[in-house]
Order: sequence, then structure tokens, then C-alpha cells
Amino acid sequence: MLAASLLIASFVIFAAVYLAPGNPLSALSGGRALPASSIRVLEARYHLNEPFLAQYWYWLTNVLHGNLGISITLRENVSTLIGSRIWTTAGLVLYASVLILLFGIGMGIVAGLRPGFLDTSTLVVTAVSAAVPAFVAAIVLILVFSVKLGWFPALGNGTDLVSNVQHFTLPAIALAFSALAIVARVTRTSIREEGEREHVQTAVSRGIPARQLIRRHILRNAAIPITTISGITIASLIAVAAVVETAFSLNGLGAYLVQAAQSKDLAVVQGISLVLVTAFVLVNLLVDVLYAVLDPRVSLGSRAQ
Amino acid sequence: MSAAGGGAQLSTGMVVATPVTRRPRPLTGLRGTGVAGMVSAAVIAIATFVAIFGPLLAPYNPNLPNLSLAWVGPVGGHLLGFDFQGRDVFSRLLAGAQSSMLGPLAVVVLSMIAGAVLAVVAAWRRGAADAVISSGLDILFAFPGILLAVLATAVFGAGLTAAAIALSIAYMPYVARVLRGVALRERSQPYIAALEVQGSSATVICLRHLVPNLLPLIVAQGTIMFGWAMVDLAAISYLGLGVQPPQANWGVMISENQTGIVQGYPLPALSAGLCIVAVVIAFNVLGERLFAQAEAAGR
Amino acid sequence: MNEPLLAVTGLTVRLDVSGAKRAVLRDVALTVDAGEALGLVGESGSGKSMTARAIDRLLPRGAEVDGTIRFDGRDVNALAGADLRRYRNQVAMIFQDPRAHVNPVRRIGDYMTEALRTNLGVPAAEASHRASDMLSQVGIDGGARRLRQYPHELSGGMLQRVMIAAALLTEPRLLLADEPTTALDVTTQAEVMAILDELRHEFGLAMVFITHDLELAAAICDRTAVMYAGQVVEIRESAQLHDDPLHPYTAALAAARPDITRTAGRLRAIAGRPLSAFEAPPDQCAFAPRCGYALDACRAALPEITELDGGLSRCVRARELRGKLGAPANA
Repeated sequence: MLAASLLIASFVIFAAVYLAPGNPLSALSGGRALPASSIRVLEARYHLNEPFLAQYWYWLTNVLHGNLGISITLRENVSTLIGSRIWTTAGLVLYASVLILLFGIGMGIVAGLRPGFLDTSTLVVTAVSAAVPAFVAAIVLILVFSVKLGWFPALGNGTDLVSNVQHFTLPAIALAFSALAIVARVTRTSIREEGEREHVQTAVSRGIPARQLIRRHILRNAAIPITTISGITIASLIAVAAVVETAFSLNGLGAYLVQAAQSKDLAVVQGISLVLVTAFVLVNLLVDVLYAVLDPRVSLGSRAQ
Repeated sequence: MSAAGGGAQLSTGMVVATPVTRRPRPLTGLRGTGVAGMVSAAVIAIATFVAIFGPLLAPYNPNLPNLSLAWVGPVGGHLLGFDFQGRDVFSRLLAGAQSSMLGPLAVVVLSMIAGAVLAVVAAWRRGAADAVISSGLDILFAFPGILLAVLATAVFGAGLTAAAIALSIAYMPYVARVLRGVALRERSQPYIAALEVQGSSATVICLRHLVPNLLPLIVAQGTIMFGWAMVDLAAISYLGLGVQPPQANWGVMISENQTGIVQGYPLPALSAGLCIVAVVIAFNVLGERLFAQAEAAGR
Repeated sequence: MNEPLLAVTGLTVRLDVSGAKRAVLRDVALTVDAGEALGLVGESGSGKSMTARAIDRLLPRGAEVDGTIRFDGRDVNALAGADLRRYRNQVAMIFQDPRAHVNPVRRIGDYMTEALRTNLGVPAAEASHRASDMLSQVGIDGGARRLRQYPHELSGGMLQRVMIAAALLTEPRLLLADEPTTALDVTTQAEVMAILDELRHEFGLAMVFITHDLELAAAICDRTAVMYAGQVVEIRESAQLHDDPLHPYTAALAAARPDITRTAGRLRAIAGRPLSAFEAPPDQCAFAPRCGYALDACRAALPEITELDGGLSRCVRARELRGKLGAPANA
């Protein structure tokens, strides 16, 4: 199923060149005038004189061998350009994921187990944070923590591990801010619902102490929907990272994708899109696997229902 | 029933015929959404009003640059000061409401129509048609909205149209999945079978009976999606791939005025951000309340 | 006469129903002696499940409880901490829908031995051993293999037997069975009933058996209590319940059940619908509107309990109607 998704996605990405107004050549060159020799190179590389599906085949085999084409604007291999930037994006997404898991699930558990003030305030906070787009969070964070308080740098990547963490903190918070709302909400609801299930009543009637009850019956069961929503949310970070990278001038894949889209460097756009979609699909696959592990009633592949 | 002595007088219970009818219309109405819902609806109404009449309401010209006034703070009739090109921020916000709300509207309408049609067809036909549609939708899930929008703008050129259509395609599977579940449930209700037996055509049944029962859910889902679409489209415009400057748009305003944040003039960017957040919160809150209402009514 | 194992007196429970506190149990009183089985019969809303939950202290949050529940002489509602846990080991409850009441993501062995390991400190291996043994007592073979299985791999009937086995592992003295066979098909029902009956006698357990089926209760219980609208309306020796009931409601219930040995022209039902405790007016007999014997006196005040021939009845006319309530009248 996921393999089919990837295949079709790759096809769509490939075909994008052909959907563009004008002929493929102008799309690939981004409307720039090219010398005849370059045109011949492009024609040969992309097999532009052959039938559509054959071109797709060539492109696909190239991709699988790691050859993603050449950037028109930078005249370098797309693969190399991606390789140098992928760790920025990966690091950012990872950092944000940790924040989401820690704070999103944490808040949700607290709110779910204790009705009352903590619960209501969690609901209000998440209602607001869910509505704050990453770039809005970004500018607020820059304003407060960088300009006014000077705790963190506002832009750029940083040079070594420590300064990387420093530079990535505000971006990671901006990325995680909106996403942790839904994780917190779903966590809270799952814990509430599990707490009311009959099998918990059975355990209570057998005198199982509260702490064990929470751990072995409520949390353990709620882990299923919590893992699912966390996974889906983290997967969505892959796309939103582009916005955050742009806001903080980080040289990640997302920012590069945006620049390439603006300059119509289609080979780069295709290459990065492919990488991001693949990452997205892989994360979803991981969620499926975890779901099957956590819920013995389910066999692999049925989460989609 | 006489109570005199003697044997018990028991009568048989009456058999009540279960009416075979369509389910009663759920209680809609803003009153059902509580205070939070009504406040949100008010905010949305204001935003819509501004979106329609924004350019007329603006006290000053939102598009005329005057560099000598760049970054000047609130003064005189200029409530929020001036932006990086010396344009009145407040006027620009009012004018920007239009493009900021129009895009999401288009996305919601397109994705809801497409999603609803697919959901109803899948639920009605079941079997092979359902399998094909569901698999197709599953594949669409592999594309995050923003990514598809970026891809579309790279291919078709920057602008609201390409982005909006791309987002509609990306959102459609979510709509379809939610509606399909409910539609399937409705499909197997006895009253639908009764209508079929009576000879009504499939289209008629779907339009006159199935869809109206799905309507509360559709409205709720649409409201929530408006919020998502607004966030995504504002992001696309922020990235320079949606609405193009100098056209007024909240997302564009944030990106234009971001330099002001580090230079000590945060007001233009922040106020645009606040507008976005306020409207999205309103849609989210109202949407959630409507959703709860629709679910309760459907039971 | 020994003190009863379980003594409930004046039990009144109020719950939050749509914002207001309503009574779901009113002045319920019953006793169970050690080793005795008491049936608790009633229609939906009569309060039978609620009574069991009150006894097991499983009432929902915010419930108000008046009256006393004494187990082995101690006030159950005053128990806390370790005492409460000990009580829970001595009173075991089995529920109606086994699939909902067993945690689906944990193995059977885990489910069965959890109480043993946690509360009684029994080491895991020993606990598994006992669980295996108990499984064969309820008629499930392949002990060790079963313990490793998950609930969804067992049928409803087997799962119910597992629940019974698990309940018995802590060697309780009282078993509360809340409609344990209602969700099962008839054949399985008979098997599970047989197991319950057999094990009860073998371990000398007392039991409160809740059901809506008067005959079923009478089959395995020494005495039967009938509940209506949150009150106990009759308690009687099971053998005499059918032929010599002391309350018109019991008679109506018995008569309403289709008799497989006779042909009847029409099914007998009781007119009207059963009331929940909070719907019933507090100052008259709750059954009066549906009762064929109701007089003005029945509507004037809440009937008291009358003791008759070793049984109890909450009917003003109990003495008067004695002997006339039993045996089906003309169809």
C-alpha cells in the first residue's frame, strides 16, 4: 500500500514537469534561454524525444540510483545539494518531535488524569496554540527570546553541536508549538476514555492500586491512539519545516525547496519533493508498525481504517 | 383497570409500530454551541464583513508607499503605525482580509464538494467502487498539503489559484474519510432500504435523504477546515509562493515586515499575525462545537 | 443464628442524573449468609446492578450513599487503603459483557494473576500455576497455552469462564455475579451456570446472582430477592417464589414468562413500562399504576416491609393476598 503511494507520488512529481505550461524544455530550464549545447544535454538526459512512460522509467531508475538531476541555477547535482542540507531539516524535525512528545503527551496525561483547573487550562492553551501558524510563532519567539531577552540567536545554522542546538531551539519550538496542541488533546481524550472503560472497573473491583491501574491499564491502552496521533503529527512536521526554515534562515531542505520553487528550478523541486514525500511515507509506515505492536488485535496494515 | 379482588387483571402490552422514517433533523442552531461557539461565530462574522468591505473601510490607502514614513509607530489616526514601506498598517490589514479569507473559502468549497461526492459514491456503491475510491484516497494521504502547494506553484507559477487548488486536493481525503464513515452508517439504515424498495432512484435517495443527514457534519468539518486552510495558505503567501506583494495579505505582511522584528518595529508583523490567529481560533472553536453537535445528533 | 456474611440495611444511593441528584436505590435491605446464594431479580432500571456496585464500592464518582453495608461485621463504606483492598479480595465481582471487562491488550495470564501478584504477593510462577489449575476447573484445557493468549482469541463463553476463574483465584467468600450469562447464547449459558453452581458449592462461596430471569435465579439460588424501581419488593425462598409469591409484581413476572409446556392464546405482558427509582413517586407504591390489585391505600403512602412466613414483601395487601397470587390465572 505504502509502496503504491510512493510510486504514484513519484509519478505525480515526475509528471509535474509536463503539466507546466509550455513544453517540458522550457519548464526544465525555468524559462531561461539556453545555449544549444545545453538543450542537447537536457534532451539527452531527460530523454525528451521518447514516449512519456519511457521518460518516467528513465527518471525513476535514475532516482533509485541516487541521481536526481542537476540544478539549473546552481549547476550542481541535486543529490549533492540535498545531501548537504538534509541534516538541518532532520535535526530540526527531530528536535521538534522531542518537544512535542515531551510537552504534548505530558500535558495531555496531566489533563486527562486530573479534571479541574489543570484540565481546563490545558484545553484553553491548546485551543490557542493550535491556531498559531509556525511562522507567526516564529516571529513572536524571535521578538521575545532573541531581540528582547537575547537568550537565543535569531537566524542561521550555527557551527558546532552546541551552537547548533542553540540556533535550532527557537525554530524547533516554533515548529512544535502548533502541533503539540492536537497531540495533547488526543492524549487527554484517550486517557479520559480509557479511564472509563469497563476493564478498568474490573481492575478496580479486584483492588488493584491506583498507580498500577493507571500505568498498566489506562496508559498502556491509551498508548495506542497516542502513538498514532504523535506519528501523524510528526510526519506533518516534515512539510511545515519549510516554513520555519525560511523564517529563521536555516539552510535546510525546506527552505531550499521554496527557493527552488521561486526560481523555477524544477529538477531541485522534484528531487526535494521526492525526498520529503518518502520521509513522510516512511514515518507513516513506522506508525503502522508501532500500532500493530501495541495492539495485539490488529495485524499490520489495517490502521488505515 | 378495576381493582376489585379476584384474579389479577393483566392485559397484553400494546405493540407499537416502529415508524420507518428518516431520522429527525438534528438540532442545529448557534445556541447549541455555547458561549464560546457564539463568540467565535461573531468573530467570524466580523472577519467576513471586513473581507467583503475591507478596501472600502480602510481609512488610508493600503497600497501607496511612502518611504519617508517607513516604520513610524502609531500616531494620529494611524492606529497601528506604518509598515516597512510607509503604508498604514491598519488599512492594509483591513484590505488584506479579502485575500486572506477568500483563498481558504475556495479550498473548503472545492475539497468539501469533491470529498462529499466521493464519500457518498463510495458509501452508496460499496464493494469494488468503495475499495477503489478508498485506495485512491489513501494514496492522496501521502501528500502533505503544503508540499503539494509548493510543487504546484513551482510548476504553474506562484499565486493563490495554484496553491488553493493544490490544497483542495490535499484536503479532500480527510473530508472523504470522515463523511464516508457516516455515510456508510446511514446507508445501512432501514429507512434507506425502504426507500430503495419503493423504487426511488439512487441519486434521489442520496440527494434528498443521505446528504441532508450528513449536512451537520459537513458544516462542522468545513468550519474546521477553513482554519487549517487559512494557516496553510497564509504560510504559502508568507513563503512568497501565494499572494504576491504588494497585494495586501496577512501572510505576505508578516514576511514583508519580518525585518522590523529584529530592528525594533514589531507592530506591523505582529498585528497581521494576531489577525490570523484570532480568526483561526474562532473557526477552530466553532468547528469543534459544531462537530460535537453533529456527532451527538447522529446517535 | 449466625451473623450473616453480608447485611445491607437502608441502602439509598443518589446519583447525578442530568444535573440533579436522583435516587437510584431506595431503602434496600438484604442479607446473605455464608455459603448461601441469593438471587437478585428485576427489569432494567430496577437497581439490581447498582446494588451490586454499591456492595463492591464501584459506584460512579459523586454518588451519595446512605444506609449501611456490613460484611463480616465491618462497615464496608468505612474501609480504606489496605483494608479496602483486602475486602476486594474477599468479594469478587463478575460482569455481564466479558469482552468489555477484560483488558484487550494484555494476555489472559496477566489478567488472571494480576490480583494475586499485586495484592497477595504471590510470585509469578506460582500464580500462573494456580491460574492454570483454575482454568481446568472451569472447563478450559491447555492451561499454560491459554495463559499466553489474548482475549480476542477466545470466544465470549470462554472469556466469561476465564473471568469466573480469575474471580475465584483470590479465594473470595462472596461472589457478586452481575448477569454473567445474559450476553451468551443459551447453550453456553447453561454451561456457565453449571460451572458457577458447581464451583460455588465446592468452595463454599456465598453468591449474589443478578438477573432479569426469575426462573434462572430460582434454579441455582436458595433465596431470591425481587427489585422494582430501586426498592426490594420481595425476598422469598426460591422454591416458593413461583407458586406462592408475596408481591403482585413477582406474580406478574412469573406469569409473563412464556411456559414451554403450555399453549397460550396471547402473551402476557405487564402493561406500562418499568420505572427507574428516580421516576417513581416517593410517597406511594411504585408498582401501583401497573398493579392489578392496587387500592387507594397503595397510593397513599410508601408501603413498609411485611414479614410473612419467612419471606418479606413490600405490599400493603400482602397478608390479604396470600395464596391468591400464585399459579397462572386464565389466559
